[in-house]
Parts: sequence; structure tokens; C-alpha cells
Amino acid sequence: MNTVTLANDSMTFPSSGTTTTSSVNKTDVDIHSVVEELKRAKQAVGKPFLDNPKFKTRDVNVYYNQTKQAIFNASLDIGRNEVIAMIGPSGCGKSTYLRCLNRMNDTIPGTKVTGDLLLDGEDIYAKDQDPVLLRARVGMVFQKPNPFPKSIYDNVAYGPRLHGLAVNRSELDDIVEQSLTKAGLFNEVKDRLNSPGTGLSGGQQQRLCIARAIAVSPEVILMDEPTSALDPIATATIEELIDELRSSFTICIVTHSMQQAARISQRTAYFHLGYVVEVNDTNTVFTNPGHRLTENYITGRFG
Amino acid sequence: MNTLPLLLVLLVLALFSFFLGRKRSLAVSKGNRGNYRAPNKLHSLPSYYGYSAMIYAVLPALIVLLLWSAISPVLIAKNVAASLPAEIHNAGATQVELTMNRVESMAHAGKIDPTADPIQQAAAQHYLSLAKNSQNIKTALVLLIALGGLYLGWKMISPQFRARNQVENVVKGLMILAASVAIVTTLGIILSVLFESIRFFQVVPVSEFLFGTHWSPQTAIRADQTGGSGSFGAVPLFAGTLLISVIALAIAVPLGLMAAIYLSEYAQPKVRAIAKPTLEILAGIPTVVYGFFAALTVAPFIRQLGEAIGLSVASESALAAGLVMGIMLIPFMSSLSDDVINAVPQSLRDGSYGMGATRSETIKQVIIPAALPGIVGAFLLAASRAIGETMVVVMAAGLSANLTANPLEAVTTVTVQIVTLLTGDQEFDSPKTLAAFALGLTLFVLTLILNIIALRIVRKYREQYD
Ligand SMILES: Nc1ncnc2c1ncn2[C@@H]1O[C@H](COP(=O)(O)OP(=O)(O)O)[C@@H](O)[C@H]1O
Ligand SMILES: [Mg+2]
Repeated sequence: MNTVTLANDSMTFPSSGTTTTSSVNKTDVDIHSVVEELKRAKQAVGKPFLDNPKFKTRDVNVYYNQTKQAIFNASLDIGRNEVIAMIGPSGCGKSTYLRCLNRMNDTIPGTKVTGDLLLDGEDIYAKDQDPVLLRARVGMVFQKPNPFPKSIYDNVAYGPRLHGLAVNRSELDDIVEQSLTKAGLFNEVKDRLNSPGTGLSGGQQQRLCIARAIAVSPEVILMDEPTSALDPIATATIEELIDELRSSFTICIVTHSMQQAARISQRTAYFHLGYVVEVNDTNTVFTNPGHRLTENYITGRFG
Repeated sequence: MNTLPLLLVLLVLALFSFFLGRKRSLAVSKGNRGNYRAPNKLHSLPSYYGYSAMIYAVLPALIVLLLWSAISPVLIAKNVAASLPAEIHNAGATQVELTMNRVESMAHAGKIDPTADPIQQAAAQHYLSLAKNSQNIKTALVLLIALGGLYLGWKMISPQFRARNQVENVVKGLMILAASVAIVTTLGIILSVLFESIRFFQVVPVSEFLFGTHWSPQTAIRADQTGGSGSFGAVPLFAGTLLISVIALAIAVPLGLMAAIYLSEYAQPKVRAIAKPTLEILAGIPTVVYGFFAALTVAPFIRQLGEAIGLSVASESALAAGLVMGIMLIPFMSSLSDDVINAVPQSLRDGSYGMGATRSETIKQVIIPAALPGIVGAFLLAASRAIGETMVVVMAAGLSANLTANPLEAVTTVTVQIVTLLTGDQEFDSPKTLAAFALGLTLFVLTLILNIIALRIVRKYREQYD
């Protein structure tokens, strides 16, 4: 298959107009040669693989509309109880990769995923795997807070009710209270659990969505730029929360902000044009990147 | 000049004054258009000065023209009637009216019938000369005002003149006028219906109309006739309307809603591209065709079916009318609901799927609640249509005002009775005719209440969920 032309059709190099800084290698601006190089690399630099990972993904390819390829041979592991940050220019496939991990891509007609994706050694794309149950194990928090048009209580109780996690009302009450507490929201909303979730502030709404996700006790929480719609104070609150949640969950977070990735993650994966370029300890990635493209990105040369 | 050529002249004048105004604005600003600080910088764009000159020239002239055209025929007719010889006046008001009808028709035709009554001929002559005078004065006045307005508008143009604000004000005025036409018409209809109803209620007590259970509006037309006693208890009509509407909605709401959910949530794009327009074709079929279908196909079918299982079914039944009306309302319900379901943001669906909900759980617990205000709105609109629908019921449900809850019997509805009361020879002020207005008023009040409830519900949910 002619991957190069496909990539060319589907990917746009981020802000190629502004990357004329002298230190950027001329060839980095030429998508053809970058893609050729990434294709030859076969494997990300750094330490993409772990012993006994939570998620093991190998040679993952994702196609939209049957033909347009968005992820190329992505192979990396995600460790237990770690926060892994996925960074990279817009359109490089971070969200697409993330959405493979709970099969949210299934909800987009015409999407095809190939390769191995194992959760605790179990193939999540196996024929007998129920994506609905998988999504209870691998929860998700989205870019824009999206509480349901229901009360705060009903928002958090949504998942437990779906999956029958509580046998009676008092158990449900407990789950709701615990989830809201874990999400650091309980004290703010305990007097108005029955008022609509959509009436909260943006930051509170996002924490409500986190509470909603953890109410079904997932093993992994995927977060796709969870703070990009929030102000700095709400962002700081959520970052603290993510750090606390790490003890109970594995967290994969896509972020725009390199400072955020540096602050909250233990490992970082750098994506470029649909390829995983580099995966390593966050410290190493930001202080001593192993790939020229990663370095260009974190030093701000790609914007 | 006649009104039409005069209007044409005004139109030409309008164009002319636009260009004149525009030109003058450029002249007074001495071409200082772009320079912000120039002392004679125009306040507005040149075309606004053009529009402003146009408004000055045409608007007052147009108003005078319209007023004159509306009032002068009335005044002329009055004058001519007053000048009729005393013998006609002595013969009574009807005679005057009759003569004036003849005179006016001769005058409007423009030629005087030489075989007509000489008095009428003379009056028509008089009428024509008055009309001619009026026409001339009108032409002169309108042209004078238009030219005067143009001069004034032209004089006014200076760099400081705020043409833009003036034009905006006039445009706003036109908008208000347009809005008030609709409101005034509605008010007029309501008032006329109200007054006729009051006349009806002077003959038939309100309580009998609202709570009487017997409807038989046949009254004697003349004193020497023997006719029905005429009883005006409207309860059977409202019961019939309710029965048919309930049947129709019981079909249209679930089917329409499910069709909408299928189309927006389950259907492949290809299926949707074909199914949605097809469904909308149903909405384009004239109701009389549905009525035909109901009377000739559905009603006999129901009758046979009923007989086969030993039920007696009237050849015209509420069930037939309700069924067909329900089918008629499906596209209405489905396309409105489809719109509101599609308007539910994708992020809510993602949120629900992300929690491990299936498609149907997502629809039941997230999408429908989020779309509920719109769905309720669609339901109430469908209900209003069901209540107001006439044609299907005339053809399929019959005319007999039975007070029954049995859908297999013939019933009649409010709208059908209005039609039958107003068609046919009747004196306009007989209770039978006036009853139609009372029915119309009651129907209007009912739909109004329905709409108010709809608005309330929609607003309540909006407040909660936005
Ligand atoms: N639903 C979709 N249909 C088709 N193409 C898509 C869709 N979603 C994303 N893409 C394409 O896939 C590529 C990767 O997108 P995405 O994963 O959203 O990037 P990121 O999250 O890194 O900004 C982009 O080129 C984007 O245009
Ligand atoms: Mg993204």
C-alpha cells in the first residue's frame, strides 16, 4: 500500500509556515522525507516497552473512512498506576490513538483498527470482546465538559445504574458520594445534588465528568485534553486531582500543554504525523529528548 | 392620472432621487471619503444619502396617495347619495342603497347605460365628474408632495446629516408596520369571531352550549316552516374531536418518534438519504387525498374486519378517520423530532458511550431527555393539527354528532360542524350560522391553551438544561 501518499493526503504538517527557525533541519519541513524517516524507524526511540504493562499495543494502524490512515504502526506500553502523557502537534493522532484504548473509535462509522491492543493481556479487539463492558473498565473524560442534562446525582449515578453496581439506594448514595469526594467536588455540591449538572462552572463540570467516570471503578481513565477548555485555577485543581487519582487508576492524558505533561505525568509519548516518535520517562523526554522531532517540538520550534 | 401610472411615476422618481442624493453627498463632501479627519467627511456612506433622499421624495407622497385612494370613493359615494332626489330618499334606506349600487356599477364600468332610469343616469354622471376631479387633485397633490419632499431631502444633505440613522429609523418603522399587519389581522379575526359568538350566546345560553350533550342545529328558516327545535350542546363535537385526535396521536407519536430515532441514530447514511425525503413526501400529500383514502379504503376495511370478528362497525367511523389522520401526522412528528434529536450535541453521546452505555441506553437516558422540550413541542404541534384537521374527518368519520367513546361509531368534530353550518343557504344571523362562530371561538381558546402549555414546558426544560 502506498502509505506515503496516504499520509500526505491526510496529514498536514503543523504550522509549516512558521518553522523556518535556522536550527530546524531543512528536511523537517519536507513532509515526504520526515515520513520516510519515521516509516524506516519501525520503533519509537526511548523506552516504549515495559514489563507487565497495563496496556500493551503493537503495530496499531487506524483508518478513518476505510482508507484515510491516521495512526501508523504505533507500538507502546502503558504501565500500571502511571500517568502517561501524549503530546504532539494538532492532528498527529493523539486522540485517535487514545480512542482505540476503549474502542470509542467504533462509534465513528467507517473506522478500522488493526494491530494488537491488550489490556492485562486480553485482546480488546477480539471478536468476543464486548466494547460496552470494555468502556466500563476503561473510562473516558473529554475535552469539553459534557455532563448529561440531569441532576448532579444522576450524572454520577449514570454508570453504576447502567451496570447494576448498586443493589439499593443507599449503596448508590455511597458510590455517588465517594466518587464526588474522589473528584474533589463533594464539598462544593453536597447541598445541591439534585440541581442540574449543567449549572456548574466549567471546572466543576469537568470534575463532575471525572466523578462520573470513576463511579464505575474503571481500571484506566483516558483523558483527552481535559483542561483545554478551563481557566488556570480550574486547571490546577484538575492537575492535583489527576495526581491523587494515580494511586487507584492508570491514566492516559492527551495534552496540548507541555508544562502540564511535565507536571503530572511519569511517562510521555511524542506523536508526529500519526507515528509514535518517542516514548520515555517524562523527565528524560523534556530534559534529554532522544529524537530530533521531539526536541523541535518541546523547544517550541513547531509551535 | 390613474393610481397605477402614478405609482410608476413615483418609482421612477425614487430611482432618480436616489442617484441625486448620492451625487450631492459626494459633492458636498468634495470627495473626502476615506479621510477620517477631513472637516467635511461624510457621516454616512453615500448610498445612505441616496436612500434618505428617496425616502423624503416618495414616502409622504405614497402615504397621501394611499389615504386619498382609500377615502375619496367613500366621500364621493356619500356626496352622490345625498344629491339623489327626495323621492328616492323617501322610499327608504334600502331604495337608496339599491340605486347607489346601480350608479356605482355604471360609473365603475365607465359608460352610462342609456336605457337606465334617468335619475340613475344623472347620478352616475355626477359620480363620474366628481371622480374625475378627485383624480386630478390627487395627481397634482401627490406629484407636488413628491417634488417638495425631494427638494427638502436634497437640501438636507450635508456632511453632518446623519443619513444612516435616518434610514435605519425608516427601515425599523417598516418592520414594525409589517409585524403589526399580522397582529392587527389576528386581532381583527378574534374580535369578529368574538362578536358573532356573543350574538349567538344571546340566543343560546353559554351553559347549554358548553355542557349540553345534544347537538342538532337544524332550525326553521322561516316562521311557517316546521324544522328541528335546534339544540346546541357542543359536548358531542368536542368529544368527537378528542376521540379522533387521541386515536391519531396514539398512532403518530410513537411511530413518528421511533422513525425519527431510527433515522437519526441507527440508519446508515445511505438509508437515511432515501428514507427521510420519502417520509417527507407523505407530508406533501393534500389532506383531501388522505380523506379519500380513509373513506374508500380504510373505513370499509375496518368494517369488514369488525364484521369478521362479530363487531358492528359503522361505515364511517372515528377509528378510520383517526387512523388515517395518524398516518398523515407521522412525517410531521418524525421530521420535527428528527431535527431536535440531531441537535443534541455529539459530546453527550460520546459521554454516554464512554460510560459503557449501549446505543439504546444512550437514546433512552440521554438523548430523549435532552431532546424532550423539542419533542413535546412537536407533539403539541401535531395535536393542534389533529384538532384542526377537517377534510379527513368529513370524509371518513361522518356528520352525526354521537356522544360516544366507541371508536367504531360515527362521530363528528368541531371543524366539520363549522363547515356544515356555514355551507348551504342560511340567514347570516340565524343561530345555526352563529353557532359556527361560537365553535370557532371555543376551538381557538383550546388551541391557545395548548400552545401556552407547550411554551411553558419548553421554557421550563430550557432553564433546567442549558
Ligand atoms: N472522525 C474522523 N474522520 C476522519 N478523519 C478524522 C476523524 N477524526 C480525526 N481525523 C483525522 O485523523 C488525524 C488525527 O486526528 P486526531 O487524532 O484528532 O489528532 P490530535 O488529537 O492529535 O489533534 C487528523 O488528520 C484528523 O483530520
Ligand atoms: Mg485531539
